[in-house]
Amino acid sequence: MTNTLWTTLALIGLGTAVGAQDSNSLSIEGESIVTEVAAPAHMENVDTIYSGWRFRSAETQALEMDDFDNPAFVFVEQGMDLWDKVDGAAGKACSSCHENIEDFAGLRTQLPRVDDGELVTMENLINECRTDRMEAEPWKWSKGKMTAMTGLIGVQSRGMPMNVAIDGDAAPFWEKGKELYYTRVGQLDMACSNCHEDNYGMMIRADHLSQGQINGFPTYRLKNAKLNSIHGRFKGCMKNIRATPFKEGGDEFKALELYLASRGQGLSVETPSVRN
Amino acid sequence: MKRALILTLCTAFGATAVAAGDVKPADVVYEDGVVSASLTGQAGDAVNGRMVFANRKQGNCLACHANSDMPEEGFHGEVGPMMDGVGERWTEAELRGIVSNSKMVFEGTIMPAFYIDSGYERPLDKFAGQSILSAQQVEDIIAYLLTLKDS
Ligand code: HEC
Ligand code: HEC
Ligand code: HEC
Repeated sequence: MTNTLWTTLALIGLGTAVGAQDSNSLSIEGESIVTEVAAPAHMENVDTIYSGWRFRSAETQALEMDDFDNPAFVFVEQGMDLWDKVDGAAGKACSSCHENIEDFAGLRTQLPRVDDGELVTMENLINECRTDRMEAEPWKWSKGKMTAMTGLIGVQSRGMPMNVAIDGDAAPFWEKGKELYYTRVGQLDMACSNCHEDNYGMMIRADHLSQGQINGFPTYRLKNAKLNSIHGRFKGCMKNIRATPFKEGGDEFKALELYLASRGQGLSVETPSVRN
Repeated sequence: MKRALILTLCTAFGATAVAAGDVKPADVVYEDGVVSASLTGQAGDAVNGRMVFANRKQGNCLACHANSDMPEEGFHGEVGPMMDGVGERWTEAELRGIVSNSKMVFEGTIMPAFYIDSGYERPLDKFAGQSILSAQQVEDIIAYLLTLKDS
């Protein structure tokens, strides 16, 4: 099997990233989702970008095509309960101030973004409301309440194209993220690019390498049966190469998130996606 | 028997403890990427080398290299070339260079250097200052690779 693939690749004579993503197309609840699009101009080494969905097995893909089958929706429902739940000294729920959750349509596509000179992610915006406006405890970055809420807010943008700003105020953060993406770390001494740019489409032992896109976050992973945050995923990849991860919510991961979001410009938001 | 004892000791000190008499990672002499001198002064054990090749916590070479000699292993990677016939393509000294520090041979490669203990950034604490494999494990892998002939 592996042999055949190698021979085929050798025969076609493709050099670097061969793009062994499949040719399936995704539609969720009747809405068509863009999983492949021309790479944004700033990407020098890649012509076409693909959603991670295109690299998953048919069974895993199917779970994302129907909201009843998608196990992530159990958590999105929990997000809906939290939305209406009064919490904190101000005696408010999210819904006390935000009339309709649907009003957040489009927000996912534009994050992270710079507010008053600071790079902010969805988690930052949510926690700002919790601490400053509800006088409640902030939620932990990658824990269940936060991922339920980022899932609920994210799904309002499902099907809309990723579209983060990378110029102006955002430029220095974007540059920093780009540098981190190409910097080798860990005892195995690898950069994100070594796997997700140079070798996407290849098998690395049992894993089919994708481009490491973040358009589907938070993602439900079969491996741990819960929603996973973007920074949680970065952390996992760093540990796999035996590197000390940066802090979730810290400047490095926020910059990396902006850079990765910009490598997915034009892909549809797939939140909440299903991965293995 | 003796070998089993040595292995046990190695494990007790962490897989990459440098045994007395081994060439230390920083002292390995590369000539155009080739390392002529054995790292241990002892012959490698191909049987153990085969295990180190597949073991996910040791060489994990199979993550990137398919190898027809290991049909019992379910998943073979495709990131690097197949290992079939590698013992004919390269000499022992060349293989020692490739496994110890592939970057000396293949510029910019994704393949990790298996016998260096510095020069990488932000390692997890438990791996800091250590090489991925011990000198003996490198020699064992080389002995194993030399058994992989095309015919
Ligand atoms: C006391 C009123 C209040 C409460 C309670 C509140 N928010 Fe907000 N929220 C605001 C205001 C005001 C803003 C900033 C103005 C705006 O962009 O709508 C905001 C902004 C946001 C934003 C950023 C919107 C954007 O487009 O930039 C998000 C996301 C958000 N809130 C989520 C939540 C969540 C989730 C909760 C509950 C955990 C919550 N908010 C509770 C008042 C509130
Ligand atoms: C040794 C190879 C390797 C390196 C280096 C690596 N990753 Fe990954 N990464 C994987 C594998 C394997 C997966 C799971 C399969 C896939 O989607 O590629 C994955 C998955 C991901 C995903 C999830 C993609 C999705 O569709 O949900 C993201 C995001 C990601 N990686 C980001 C990163 C970042 C950021 C870095 C650098 C800090 C990095 N990775 C470094 C191997 C790697
Ligand atoms: C992360 C992927 C990766 C891992 C892990 C890896 N290699 Fe490699 N290896 C490569 C790549 C890619 C090449 C091709 C050289 C290049 O980068 O251009 C290579 C080349 C080689 C070659 C030369 C092959 C030839 O036929 O020309 C040998 C021998 C080799 N590797 C042995 C090993 C051994 C032994 C291990 C485990 C101790 C190992 N590799 C682990 C990626 C890897």
